[in-house]
Amino acid sequence: MCVCVCVCVCLSVFPCDYFFFLPSSLIFSVEDFLNGARVVVSARTYADFTPQATFDIKKCDLHKLDEGPPLQAVLSREEGLQYYRTMQTMRRMELKADQLYKQKIIRGFCHLYDGQEACAVGIEAGINLSDHLITAYRAHGYTLTRGGTVREIMAELTGRRGGIAKGKGGSMHMYTKHFYGGNGIVGAQVPLGAGVALACKYLGKNELCVCLYGDGAANQGQIFETYNMASLWKLPCIFICENNKYGMGTSVERAAASTDYYKRGDFIPGLRVDGMDVLCVREATKLAAEHCRSGKGPILMELQTYRYHGHSMSDPGVSYRTRDEIQEVRSKSDPISMLKDRMLSNNMASVEELKEIDVEVRKEIEDAAQFATTDPEPPLDDLCNHIFYNDPPMEVRGTNPWTKLKSVS
Amino acid sequence: MTAPVPCDICIINSILLLQVTVRDALNQAMDEELERDERVFLLGEEVAQYDGAYKVSRGLWKKYGDKRIIDTPITEMGFAGIAVGAAMAGLRPICEFMTFNFSMQAIDQVINSAAKTYYMSAGLQSVPIVFRGPNGASAGVAAQHSQCFAAWYGHCPGLKVVSPWSAEDARGLLKSAIRDDNPVVFLENELMYGVPFEMSEEVQSKDFLIPIGKAKIERQGTHITLVSHSRMVSLCLDAAAVLAKEGIECEVINMRTIRPLDAEAIETSIMKTNHLVTVEGGWPQFGIGAEILARIMEGPAFNYLDSPAVRVTGVDIPMPYAKILEDNSVPQIKDIIFSIKKTLNV
Repeated sequence: MCVCVCVCVCLSVFPCDYFFFLPSSLIFSVEDFLNGARVVVSARTYADFTPQATFDIKKCDLHKLDEGPPLQAVLSREEGLQYYRTMQTMRRMELKADQLYKQKIIRGFCHLYDGQEACAVGIEAGINLSDHLITAYRAHGYTLTRGGTVREIMAELTGRRGGIAKGKGGSMHMYTKHFYGGNGIVGAQVPLGAGVALACKYLGKNELCVCLYGDGAANQGQIFETYNMASLWKLPCIFICENNKYGMGTSVERAAASTDYYKRGDFIPGLRVDGMDVLCVREATKLAAEHCRSGKGPILMELQTYRYHGHSMSDPGVSYRTRDEIQEVRSKSDPISMLKDRMLSNNMASVEELKEIDVEVRKEIEDAAQFATTDPEPPLDDLCNHIFYNDPPMEVRGTNPWTKLKSVS
Repeated sequence: MTAPVPCDICIINSILLLQVTVRDALNQAMDEELERDERVFLLGEEVAQYDGAYKVSRGLWKKYGDKRIIDTPITEMGFAGIAVGAAMAGLRPICEFMTFNFSMQAIDQVINSAAKTYYMSAGLQSVPIVFRGPNGASAGVAAQHSQCFAAWYGHCPGLKVVSPWSAEDARGLLKSAIRDDNPVVFLENELMYGVPFEMSEEVQSKDFLIPIGKAKIERQGTHITLVSHSRMVSLCLDAAAVLAKEGIECEVINMRTIRPLDAEAIETSIMKTNHLVTVEGGWPQFGIGAEILARIMEGPAFNYLDSPAVRVTGVDIPMPYAKILEDNSVPQIKDIIFSIKKTLNV
């Protein structure tokens, strides 16, 4: 005899390990129940968990803006899990890069992003993949959010042929669709980003460009030149200063006459955002994107964030700041912990579920590292390729006059 | 009512050679390329409403408007970077430097953002941009406004560097540069802007292109090879005309492109003439002539030289102002003739 089971099965009658929630449309036989059959329903798919919750987010300081982002953000369970997974992937990827660098498997420059994950993830959540983005050299996180895989990022760091730039770019020169790197010259990416925004406006596709730079770069003259032109020509450009308080070894107080980076655009409206809170970043980005898409011209966001590592792998990062400071940020403001706490305390996910994500992420990183350390280096006959695009093959002089190397597009 | 034009007059009209200045050739080339491809646009100081500091972009803003012809503030690093970014995102900018002296302020964007990107990205990101403007010595503009940048830009892989001489060069090479999918540095010469040249009908056609990387023999000769670029080609031809009266026949090669350098054309010529003199307006050290001579040393033509190859260059000093000093800071026809005679031991 079939019975339409009502919404909730009481624990006291049928002891079982799982508290399960049965939708009213599911039909079981009474016998099954009476036999204590345990019906396992995937804990993920049904609203045992809160499907969405609203969180208070910090108010943003505003410059020449009447209204800031809302003071509350709505987070769905799905979004939360996705942000968590991406931030955790980013974190573990950077830590793995640290390991590989110390083993001398990664060489040269390596600028790690751990601590700043909420910025990259929050920004991407506020724009579309069809929008454009450019940043400086602390770029691994953005390469990921813009569509790169951990595998090809790590293989680029280790200089292998499976790297996202076939091993020819390295840490600072990774590119994907609508992601223009990865740029090594401090500040140079800012005019480039405005140029991308100019193309967006010119081509009329309602796309915008997010143009990132750090607190160190914020004093560069070419950035002010760019503010001027972007504003004059109303380019759809979101300038974002990732203020992690130190430009290499120089604290912001020692580098900038004004550390109100969100005001430095002068005639460009700006907002200062808590860069450790992925929701705060997302809401601010949404506001900024709306501003640009409505034809109002550029806008400037300062994300207050922090990097756990030194400037690069050759900087221990403790000569100009205290270990206590680093530890304090880790314990009080870590972006991943903040999201995790929010989700757990609002019953949006279970501890096990998040642990499972951690395990999956760990595996993905391990697999990627395995690939990155075993994939062969680029073949020597790739040495001279990619000089010119869409050109017939040409000869390139080698190290001596008798060595003539081949170059194809 | 006029009578219909008889056929034989039509034919005569159609082979009429036009006299076109270098300036007008550049202007027409840009006009045609702007018309042909919507993604092409021009930006720089005074290019729009002023009609161009040297009037090279005269009439273009009136025809194409604000979207395609953009006046920039005096911020080279910024607008060169913007131009490169626009090229990365799918447009085909022409970035004008009022003179290449000012490109030094933006040189990081030309080299690190434009030239190297296709390589660094292993082919993912191309940069179809043209940087153009007057290069080298002018008249009375003194040291900061007279430098030749051919050697500096010619040094860098990832760039194509072009240096037209005649109106035909200017037209065909600029069109090729604009259609090229790579960063091209296009070095014009202010003193050549007003010089008229004959332009055949073939050259006047909308799809007339000169391939980048191929030199042209402007004058055939048998006794000595003269290699030059830009305005110095005129001086070489003048020197050749003088020497022809003395029975010395010079072969004058117009490089047209600095990078990639057409070494083969030079070698072929040397194998015929057995002597080489290079002529350039820029400084001698690490310059265009230095590169040509090094290549000849390393290549098959060395064995054909009957005397050491030499360079005629600008004097190794910052450019002075006073006319007598300025005139003596750049190669003159007499300097070229002198060097040729020394090389030929006559």
